[in-house]
Parts: sequence; structure tokens; C-alpha cells
Amino acid sequence: MAQVSTAQPAEAAPRPAARRHLSDRRIVQLFILPTVILLILMNIFPLIYSLFLSFTEYSVISANPPVWVGLENYTNILNDPQFWHYFGVTGTYALISVALQTLVGFGLAMLLRTKFTGSGVVTTLILVPMMLSPIVVAVFWRLIFNPSYGIFNYIFGFLTLLLPTLMGVILVLLLWRIVPKVLGESTARYGRMALLILIPVVAHLFWRVVLNQDQTYGAFYQQVTAIETGPEWLAEPVLAMWSIIIVDVWMWSPFVMLLCLAGLSAIPEYLYEAAAIDRASGWFQFRRITLPQVMPLLLIAVLFRTIEAFKQFDLVMGLTGGGPGDVTRTVSVQLYQLAFQGQFNTGQSSALAYIVLVIIIAVSNLYIRALNRAREG
Amino acid sequence: MLKKLLLVAVLLMVVTGVSVSAQGVTEINIWWAEWDPANYLQQIGNEYEAATGIKVNVVTTPWSSYLDRVSTEWAAQGTSYDMIVGDSQWLGQAATEGHYVDMTEFLNSNGITETVTPATLQYYGEYPAGSGTFYAYPTEGDANGWAYRTDLFEDADNMAAFEAEYGRPLAVPTTWEELRDIGAFFTRPDDGLYGVAVYTQLEGDAITMGFQNPFFSYGGDWYDETFNTLGVVNSDSAVASLELYKELYSFAPPGTNNAFFQEMNDAYVNGQAAMIMNYFAFFPALANPNINPYADVTGYFPMPAGPDGERFAALGGQGISVNNYISDDRKQASFDFITWFATEEVQARWAELGGYTCNIAVLESPEFLEVAPYNAAFAETMTFVKDFTNIPVYGQLLEISQRYLNAYIVGGQGTAQEALDNMAAEMDEVLVDAGYISE
Repeated sequence: MAQVSTAQPAEAAPRPAARRHLSDRRIVQLFILPTVILLILMNIFPLIYSLFLSFTEYSVISANPPVWVGLENYTNILNDPQFWHYFGVTGTYALISVALQTLVGFGLAMLLRTKFTGSGVVTTLILVPMMLSPIVVAVFWRLIFNPSYGIFNYIFGFLTLLLPTLMGVILVLLLWRIVPKVLGESTARYGRMALLILIPVVAHLFWRVVLNQDQTYGAFYQQVTAIETGPEWLAEPVLAMWSIIIVDVWMWSPFVMLLCLAGLSAIPEYLYEAAAIDRASGWFQFRRITLPQVMPLLLIAVLFRTIEAFKQFDLVMGLTGGGPGDVTRTVSVQLYQLAFQGQFNTGQSSALAYIVLVIIIAVSNLYIRALNRAREG
Repeated sequence: MLKKLLLVAVLLMVVTGVSVSAQGVTEINIWWAEWDPANYLQQIGNEYEAATGIKVNVVTTPWSSYLDRVSTEWAAQGTSYDMIVGDSQWLGQAATEGHYVDMTEFLNSNGITETVTPATLQYYGEYPAGSGTFYAYPTEGDANGWAYRTDLFEDADNMAAFEAEYGRPLAVPTTWEELRDIGAFFTRPDDGLYGVAVYTQLEGDAITMGFQNPFFSYGGDWYDETFNTLGVVNSDSAVASLELYKELYSFAPPGTNNAFFQEMNDAYVNGQAAMIMNYFAFFPALANPNINPYADVTGYFPMPAGPDGERFAALGGQGISVNNYISDDRKQASFDFITWFATEEVQARWAELGGYTCNIAVLESPEFLEVAPYNAAFAETMTFVKDFTNIPVYGQLLEISQRYLNAYIVGGQGTAQEALDNMAAEMDEVLVDAGYISE
């Protein structure tokens, strides 16, 4: 034991000398270096190399080296109406989907803002869709949309009956109080009975007359009310895009809700108390307190969802494959078609990827400016 | 001391490795898609190992990612695989890019070219068409055929009703018009029964493969001998064939708007379809009573004829090719395997296991024709198969046909004439850009 205790200080003596060669700065650099190397290899190099490839005619499976063609890939894409169609599809999808997600997500957050028994469980359950893999979601929804055995048509069929009835009920309630003034108290009872008969008539007219005036809604109506088998949501050109939007809203509204809930819970209660003392209405409080306070987080949610929507690939591939034809083909799906799927047009697909990148950066910048304004305001 | 020992060990490993390769190849790797025929090939490989001592590994990749993985391997000029069982459409790309070994001399000198049906040798092995240059040995012959419910066809009430309505007996259709009439006759949504199920899938090549059956039989083609598509793809007969295919889709079970081989068998097994189109490779499942409750009342027939009596079946299946980037020893080992695999005895065994042989003698043998209920239809089909193009730009042409066919047949967009006019114009642009047609 004594020998051991005397030998230890003698062996440990050189250590401080060796450590002198590594300054704190050098140690920091050594720790950062692997990350930097990984970043260069996995991000920076592919980014620069794909930028170079976007100016070449090149196929990744070809033994031939890339041939410089300048801006040809970019001009070909921007002059091709087919590509503009894909940009249009992506833009339409992103606009409608993100708008609906914002509305639904914010609405859910408002509903869940007040704590109630089981609100934690409800919130968790609502968050489940966004925790699933998009391709799994797409496979599930393909089954749900199936016109033969899917449950969606069953529920939707019920709603198509419910909605006109609801419209009729609203109309009857609106007219209920006017009837005595128009017909007089003595005949009001008969007038109100007539109103009750109006419900099915209005329901019928609502779909048949009002919506059918418009070509788009007319076609939509005819397809959703196909009696024999129910609508083929993923096969009908008018419905296919809506199918993807429905699934996307179902999946990602909880994300918007989560951010909005965080924003809502951070609003100081005294603001509402002060407003209440000033006898501010609920609508005024919402407009002047709730919305401005939540806006920064809401914009962040919208920013993330817009970027994701512009990149949408997996849900589209899983649900419609971009079809029927190319009705739901987003830019990302077209990119996949060009880069793989037997075409392997690496040069042009790289150019398309950079165009998408520029669009996403531009849109993101618009949001970030709005976000900054909201924070400053 | 430890360092010296390690150095010696490394040197020994290197020397041992050199000696193994000098002694010859002891293991060969074959790459194929993940499906039953690949399992049958592994069994064949096991028998090869028993006969020669050379181990055969059949490595599989799911169909959905097979082409992407193979392409990546080509790009890397990889040597992980000695042989690839590739789609017929890949041939032009692989041959012109130098990924496959030219097997012409090998196949001719061994007389192997004489053992397989001419159509399979042409579509699975030859590039360019008519050149007599071969890059693959026809391995898994396959094509589209039909399965049908014999109980429905032989039902006395159905027979009487059909004859009363159409003025001819209810029987296996010999023309596309007859098939359409039978499809219409059996479409009874109230009973959950539909006449036919046909390919409609947008991704990949399904809807094009399905459409090709009437398209070729009606006299249509993807281009003429000068690669001209205008007036060929959109000829009157082609338009008629597309209208017929769309009509067939109207007799299909709901929800088959993005359907390929799996959905076809599902529709049949569920009792939704009286007739289904599918590749013969997927018919063994229908003959299995554990999978198909209608197995005992299922019959099979080859593609019907067009209005002029011509008939074609869209080709499936694959040929086996040798990787051009492996060593000469490994190439020779691969050739040795193919030589053994191509013998009549092994091909008979291949067919017995469930593989679809292209060997003429085996196809004509009574044993083959009787061993499975669909083999007679298969043997007949292999005499009139026809493939989509295999030129290197096939991927671009396929994307165009898939898009327009799906838009018209499934989406109901435009007319058949418009769909084919647009298709022909876009295909023409691709072929001009690729240098097949001068501007």
C-alpha cells in the first residue's frame, strides 16, 4: 500500500506539461471540428455540387461526365407551361391547406384554452395525428377514402344530409320572429307551421339551385352526392386535391393548435381584467388582446406549415401519386419524377430544386418580416 | 510486440485472401426484386451449390425501390452483385451506359439462344431491337393474362341471360369486344359484383402495361420504324383501344382507381370481380385455396384479339444480366451459372418450383402444361408478347403515357383522341431531343 501511494505523484507529474499544448481555444476547435467536417460533407458540398449540376446536362446513372449548358435547365423549366401547372398546384394546395390549418388549429386552441376535467387527455389525443408518419397516414386515409368500404363516404353522406337540414333550421329560426309581424298574431301559428315545411324545401334548393349555379361547385356537388357507390375521392379530378387537403389539415392542425396554445397561455390575465373593467366586449378583447398577443407564435406556425406545404411529397405520393393524371402533382412530386423514376435527369432536377429553394426562401422572408412587424407592434 | 503480431496477422489475411481469389470464385451474388420467383431462384441456387460447391446468394430489394437501388449501384459502378435480374425496359439504358456485359458471343456459342422462345429473347435480351446483340438471358418470363370465375360463367341463369341479351353463348372471350360485353353483363353493383378489374396505377408503369394489351392488339404502337409517334400513337385504332380500356374501367370495382397487381388479386379474392387482368406471376396466389376462396372455380385465359384478329400481351418478367464492373473470374463464374441454369433439366425444375421458364422445350412439355391451371394460358401467351420500348429514354416516354392515360381513364379528363394526340406530341419532343428523330 505504501509503495502505491508514493509512486502515484511521480507518474502523474508529466500530465500538466502535456495539457499545456492544448489551449482552451484548441480544445473548442477539436470539439467543433467533427461537426464542421460532417456539415461540409453532408450539407455544404451537396449544396454546392447540386448547384453546379443544375447548370449541366447530366444523368446520375450515366458514365458520361456533366456537360455545362449554362442557364438552359432554368429557362427550360420556366418556359414550360407544364411546370407552371405544378407550381400552381403547389401554391393552391399550400394556400388552402395552411389557411384551413390555421383556422382549425387556432379554433382548437381557443377551445382548449380553458382547463376542464380531462383537457390534458383531450389535448394529447388531438396531437396524435402529427406524431404519425405521413406515409402511414396516407395509407390509412386511402382505406378511409375507399368508396366501397371506407368510412369517409358514410360520414360524408350523413353530413350532406345534415348540412342542408341545418341550413333550413337556421332560415326557419331567422323567420320565426318575423312571421307574427308580417302575418299578425292570429295567423302566426299557421305561418310557423308553413316554415317547418320549408326546411326540406330549402335543403333541397340549397344544393340543387344555389350551388349548381357555379360550374365548380356544381361538379363538386354531383360528385359528392354520387348515389350508387359514393364519390371516388382520390380518383375524381375535382375531389382529389381536396382529399389531400383534408388529410393534411387533419394531420397538421394540431401543430398550429400547439403553438397557439403556448401563445394563449402566455397572455397575462390582467389585460383581460383591465378590459373587463372598461366593459370591453368579448369580440373587442379577442381582436385587441388575444389576436395580437398570439400573432407572433401563430405566424411561426404558419411559416413552418407553408414551408412544409411547398415541399409536400409523401402525402401526395401516398394518396394520389399526383393523379389523376397530374391534377395533384406538386413540384416535389415532379422533382422526384425527374430525378428518379427511370428518368434520372439530374441536371434539370437540380435546377428545379434550386427554384423551389428560392421560392421557399422568398416566402419565408415575407413571413419573417410580418413576424418582426407583429413583435414590434 | 503487439504491433508486430498485428502486422503479421494483417499480412496473413491479405495473403490468404489472394490465395482464395486465385483458387477461383466460391460465391456469386444475384440481385432481384423481392417476390416469390426470387425465392425460387434461391432454391435453384442451392441446388447449384450442391452440384458445384459454389454458393449462390439471391439478394432482394422491394419492387418499389428496386430500380432506384440498381441505378445507384450502376452510378457507383458497384461490384456487390455479379448478376442482376432486371426489367426488360432497363436494357437500353444499361447497355448503352456499359453496365451490362455483352452476352451475344456467350449465348450464341453455347446454343442458348435456340432454347428460348424468340419473343422472349428479343424483349428480355436484345438491344437495340433487331440487332442480334444480347445483354440478358430470359429468366422469368411473364405477361398479362386473365383470371375468371368459372362458376359465374357456367351458371345456367347467367348463360341464358347473356345469350338472350347478346345473342351468343357466354364463354371465354376471344375478342376485346366480347370481353367488354361480358364485363358489362357481370357489373351488378347491387350485388357487389363488377365485370372486370384492370390496371390503373399512376406510379410506375401499371396503367401503360394494362392499356398496351388492347392498344397493340388494335394495331397501335409507340412509334414506327423511324421512331415517329405522330399518327402512330394517336391513330384511329389506338383511339378505339383507349376508349375500350376506359369502358372496361367503368365496369371495375369502386376504389380500383390506383390499382396494380395486388389490387387485382384483392378484388378477385374478395369476390368483387368476375374477371381480372394480371401478370401470370401473380396467378399462383389465385390457385391457392388458402388465399383465394374461389380457387376451385377459377379459370385462366390469354389476351383476346383485336378487331383484325391480331393479339398481343404486354410483357412483364425479367432477364438475367452480368455486371460489367466485376472481375473476369466473376464474369466467368456468372456465365457458368447461366449455362447450367439454361439447361432443359434445370429449366424444368425452375418451372416446377414456380418460376416462369422461357425454354421452348419445357413450355411445350405436357408436364409443364398440366402442373398448374394457368400454365397452358401462359405457354400460349408467350408466343405473342410485346413490350414497351427499351430505348434509354423509356423513362421519359413512360411518364408521358402514364400521365395522359391515368388522366383520361381514371380522371375522365378530355377525350381519348385528345389524350393520345397530346401524348404523341410530347413523346415526339422527347425523341427529337434524344436524337432519334431529326427536327
